[in-house]
Amino acid sequence: MSVKVIIPTPLRQYTERQDSVVVEGQTVEEVLRNLTGRYRDLYKHLYSEDGKLRSFVNIYRNDEDIRYLERERTVVRETDVLSIVPSIAGGSRRASLPTR
Amino acid sequence: MAIELQRHQIEQIQQDGKQTYPNECCGVLLGKEQEGRKVVLEILPLQNARDDSPRNRFLILPEDLLHSDREARRRGMDIVGFYHSHPDHPARPSEYDREHAWPWYTYIILAVGNGLPGEMTAWLLSDDRGSFFPEEMRIADRRSEKEAASTPNSESTGSST
Repeated sequence: MSVKVIIPTPLRQYTERQDSVVVEGQTVEEVLRNLTGRYRDLYKHLYSEDGKLRSFVNIYRNDEDIRYLERERTVVRETDVLSIVPSIAGGSRRASLPTR
Repeated sequence: MAIELQRHQIEQIQQDGKQTYPNECCGVLLGKEQEGRKVVLEILPLQNARDDSPRNRFLILPEDLLHSDREARRRGMDIVGFYHSHPDHPARPSEYDREHAWPWYTYIILAVGNGLPGEMTAWLLSDDRGSFFPEEMRIADRRSEKEAASTPNSESTGSST
């Protein structure tokens, strides 16, 4: 089974500039492993060194955050769309960062 | 890569920073990548989801970002970056900004001092995520763009307005 995965703009440089990719898999984990198998440079942006999905990477199955489903074991169907959604946060009031 | 905004978009960000003071404002920059630069076509202010610490933190909920991205795609645009304000603090990225940033996106920071908009800067995260560096910010007004399709008529501002 194949599902469509929506790629956010910062990660398209690793997917040959494609904004979405169709990938095989029965679960979110299988889909993401196949995706990062095809585009290996994506891996370090989605997974930490211990092989877990990074905390600032959110995966949605259609409108649902997989953290509220069965996380990476969440089952996907042919009609589902998976979206990789970056966490966006920030703010002031800590030491300013050296810039170059 | 440089980012190009229209003057009224700059004013929209300044207005958001002013109205939200003393809290941080935040929003999305919608646009397109064209000829090696990001062109902002629309500013989309969003709710700062950090109810616990809105004066020195901002958070855009993933579901808000998901819906913004869908709307942008539907209209032929992309999310090219984000803006937020630093109330009573310089327009320079903090360590907290860096820890939560992504490469490629433009991060615009507006300093708001005593409720008045001040310096505005644009930043890019390095690919190794280790540091921010300034991104050139250009201002183009709509009138000059229409008048000069073949002759770009934009003024470069460096990283500040």
